[in-house]
Amino acid sequence: MTNTLVQGYEVVIGFETHAQLSTQSKIFSRAPTAFGAEPNTQACAVDLALPGTLPVMNMGAVERAIRFGLAVGSHVAGRSIFARKNYFYPDLPKGYQISQYEIPVVQGGDVSFFLGEQQKTVRLVRAHLEEDAGKSLHEEFHGMSGIDLNRAGTPLLEIVTEPDIRSSEEAVAYAKELHKIVTWIGICDGNMQEGSFRCDANVSVRKPGQPLGTRREIKNLNSFKFMQQAIDFEVRWQIEQLEDGHPIQQATVLFDPDTGETRAMRTKEDAADYRYFPDPDLPPLVIASDWIEQVRAQMPELPRTMADRFVKDYGLPAYDATTLTQSKAMAAYFEATAKACGQPKLASNWIMGEVSRRLNAGELSIEQAPVSADQLAALIGRICDNTISNNAARQVFDGLWSAQGEVDAIIEAKGLKQMNDTSELEKIIDEVLAANPKNVSEFKAGNAKALNGLVGPIMKASKGKANPAQVNALLKQKLGG
Amino acid sequence: MSLNSSDISRIANLARLELTPDQSQRMLAQINNFFELVEQMRAVDTTGIEPLAHPLATVSEMALRLREDRASEPDNREANQLTAPAVERGLFLVPRVIE
Amino acid sequence: MAEELHQMSVARLAQALRDKKVSALETAQHFLSRISANHQLAAFVALNEELTLDQARAADARLAAGSCSPLTGVPIAHKDIFVTQGFPTTAGSNMLAGYRSPFDATVVDRLAQQGTVTLGKLSCDEFAMGSANENVAVPALGHAAATPVRNPWDRERVAGGSSGGSAAAVAAQLTPVATGTDTGGSIRQPAAFCGITGIKPTYGRASRYGMIAYASSLDQAGPMARSAEDCALILSAMCGPDPDRDSTSLEVPDENFTLQLNQSLEGIRIGVPKEFFGEGLAADVRSAIEAALQAYQKLGAQLVPISLPRTELAIPVYYIIAPAEASSNLSRFDGVKFGHRADRYEDLLDMYKKSRAEGFGEEVKRRIMVGTYVLSHGYYDAYYLQAQKIRRMIAEDFQQAFKSCDVIAGPVAPTVAWKIGEKADDPLANYLADIFTLPASLAGLPGMSLPVGFGQGGMPVGMQLIGNYLQESRLLNMAHRFQQNSDFHLRQPGGF
Repeated sequence: MTNTLVQGYEVVIGFETHAQLSTQSKIFSRAPTAFGAEPNTQACAVDLALPGTLPVMNMGAVERAIRFGLAVGSHVAGRSIFARKNYFYPDLPKGYQISQYEIPVVQGGDVSFFLGEQQKTVRLVRAHLEEDAGKSLHEEFHGMSGIDLNRAGTPLLEIVTEPDIRSSEEAVAYAKELHKIVTWIGICDGNMQEGSFRCDANVSVRKPGQPLGTRREIKNLNSFKFMQQAIDFEVRWQIEQLEDGHPIQQATVLFDPDTGETRAMRTKEDAADYRYFPDPDLPPLVIASDWIEQVRAQMPELPRTMADRFVKDYGLPAYDATTLTQSKAMAAYFEATAKACGQPKLASNWIMGEVSRRLNAGELSIEQAPVSADQLAALIGRICDNTISNNAARQVFDGLWSAQGEVDAIIEAKGLKQMNDTSELEKIIDEVLAANPKNVSEFKAGNAKALNGLVGPIMKASKGKANPAQVNALLKQKLGG
Repeated sequence: MSLNSSDISRIANLARLELTPDQSQRMLAQINNFFELVEQMRAVDTTGIEPLAHPLATVSEMALRLREDRASEPDNREANQLTAPAVERGLFLVPRVIE
Repeated sequence: MAEELHQMSVARLAQALRDKKVSALETAQHFLSRISANHQLAAFVALNEELTLDQARAADARLAAGSCSPLTGVPIAHKDIFVTQGFPTTAGSNMLAGYRSPFDATVVDRLAQQGTVTLGKLSCDEFAMGSANENVAVPALGHAAATPVRNPWDRERVAGGSSGGSAAAVAAQLTPVATGTDTGGSIRQPAAFCGITGIKPTYGRASRYGMIAYASSLDQAGPMARSAEDCALILSAMCGPDPDRDSTSLEVPDENFTLQLNQSLEGIRIGVPKEFFGEGLAADVRSAIEAALQAYQKLGAQLVPISLPRTELAIPVYYIIAPAEASSNLSRFDGVKFGHRADRYEDLLDMYKKSRAEGFGEEVKRRIMVGTYVLSHGYYDAYYLQAQKIRRMIAEDFQQAFKSCDVIAGPVAPTVAWKIGEKADDPLANYLADIFTLPASLAGLPGMSLPVGFGQGGMPVGMQLIGNYLQESRLLNMAHRFQQNSDFHLRQPGGF
């Protein structure tokens, strides 16, 4: 457990994530959900809450909620209830948001991830379906705000955790893992710039063993970078307040990337009293178990399951397996390489090492890697059959990366082949032995170390092409008689 | 139980209704008058009774009907905004929203 | 023609149209002129003669082509709670003054598909909240200021509410038939007060799409006409599933409600709830209802004493649930996307409060306040949840009763129509007068009102028939048989 204290305080974080579901139409209307259309051209009568309109539920949104529930090991409720959350706001056309309150569709479950070498599990409280609100544009309307309701009614899955997170690093790791899951199972496009995946962090601090402190909610963290900055700032701020003897007031705050600071939002008074009640326009959402089974049958292999399989079938360490299942493409690249070369651990090392390093340096995704899985497999093959040394292999990899041809051609061109021909090697060895009688006698006198004094020059003379193992063998042969 | 004038102003604010003092006074009297009638209802023993949200749930389980995920609503912005109080470049204008 | 157009039943008028004895155009013109000659009733709030006559011409074309339905060319008027593209839609509220809906309500659309010709929009209590049609903010045609709908039988009396304009217009024969909506009795009570016939079907049988919502779990649309037969014709066109637009509409196929009108009543068991005949019931109403029950016995029905023990509780239960839903349904009227916005305001909050204060009338504000309160933190369980639980008990009382009877009969209202202004300043008195219509509404059961006599001041008395779920045909059959053996539904107020 990464349970690092900050100035003697324990950090306690819970997450609420709003994932826009990748449906064609809105959750309660037939208007399209595409991003970036002209203002209010994708807000139909229902989305605008025109008098007389009523909601009709989108099956696609429910199906995606079920998929998520299955992905994180939750209970998918056979019967859940839509409720009205009442409050006035210009981007909320009906004056209430249709959400789920007492009985959500997805209940429980958890999300596990690695932080460095450590595995961490965050428990989920629930995930519920609700509708997104519109947007207020503050610019260039001479003191007025412009309301665009295109986004109003976009289906959301709000995913709520227990306060299990203990540091900003864990928070980011959790968010990345959740992001991976929703994109992996295809329920959300994960585009954070466009607001498809929005995180709110409930942050509080306490002295170890004390009850939970008062929390402040940081809203709309729309990048992993800002997420960490915002939480770190918030934690420091709260500790300072407490140290100065100021109790924390519950509040909703926004992070300002320019100042790197969080500031409290102007709290809507009476925001607390949402007057929830079951929406009389929508009977209970009933999900039959056979539907759940159908969805289960169509689920892709999940990252967690795939990682377990990599451990079991390829004998990889858990850490490798998790790292290689960061994305479907990465996992596929690994499996192709491992299958082609029959050396899973070497494949893993190369992908997590050399390949990842190059990708990060070039800010490339695995799909864009210039070295194909087959090429990497071929390279690993040449290491295993002693054609090249590890050092030489790195040079070959360079060649592959800069598209200088296929593995063997590059080995040829760069003359990296190991010298496995004994006669030529013996010639070199004899010369070196002749040139170093001192070491020879010391070795014969029983000083094993003296051998190293000989290997070095031999390798040198062979321009690194000699196979060290073979050199040792031949030397012992000649000297040991 | 009966309400007082601070209840009235709290509710009026929740409901976004501006009430003049005399309106509030009349409202208070009428609502308290009504809540005397409600007392008999509060006295009823309802332990173990399921609330009835949909009338026909008395005789059959109501289940939400689900719609195929197809986008079929055309852009009807002009007609939708025909009688809107304030519109500019397709946006509904409101007094500045401060966050 | 022996019989004036406006005196004809829908069935006869439709026949005359099909037989080309009269054209849809003449018919529409005839009713339009009667409407403009009778503005003193304050029944109509909007006309669009050009559109009406276009629809009539289209109907004549269909009639000529022989591609017509049983209702082609029949004029109809809609309660102003249904949204309409061709006519203004106000719900009787300043909040929607000048509003134009970009679509038609499903019910309006279904009737138009049948070839009915829309005459105009009818006055109602603001957002259907009222029992006297005195809660109106929109001036009726021919009136400078908002005014209550007048009862054709006595213009000093209320027409009932909230579908008062519909009831008055039908009673005065300004339209053969009208649509209404019933949340706690808003079809049955004005029908009774004006001596006409009206039916509220089972909750969910008629689509609520395009009906401006008052209380979503109670609102139902239904026809108001001069006979059960006419109601059956119109109801058949109004009802049917609307899966694409209304999640609470029932998946019950369209039904022709005229098929069983003539069935015998031999052996039918009529449940008579003792709670409907307590001391709150006025003597004149009681005697008319008792006479009607005797008439039913002569038709072969038998009377079964039953009990609906929670009848009185229906009043607080309804006046908790309906305002709670209304307070939420009316939040969309915030001056942002449509409807009234105050001229002067300081900021967003001020705009909300002033716009809603100016846009809503007294009774609407009262119900929004009550509804907001009973849903607010700390009161939800004691009020809203408790009411929903008793609502189930009330619904189950009916199921218990229907074990021993086929239909339930009783008064619609404790008294005949009262004088305009008599209860205007006493909301509670209005609430109490709904006692007999609220239970069926809370249970979502079909209920209807038919004229069965006259009481004090020569005012009509209505009898209520309540059936089990989806038993509309049974109710219409009962009412039709009664009307074949009586003439109360044929009596007409003087001066029209």
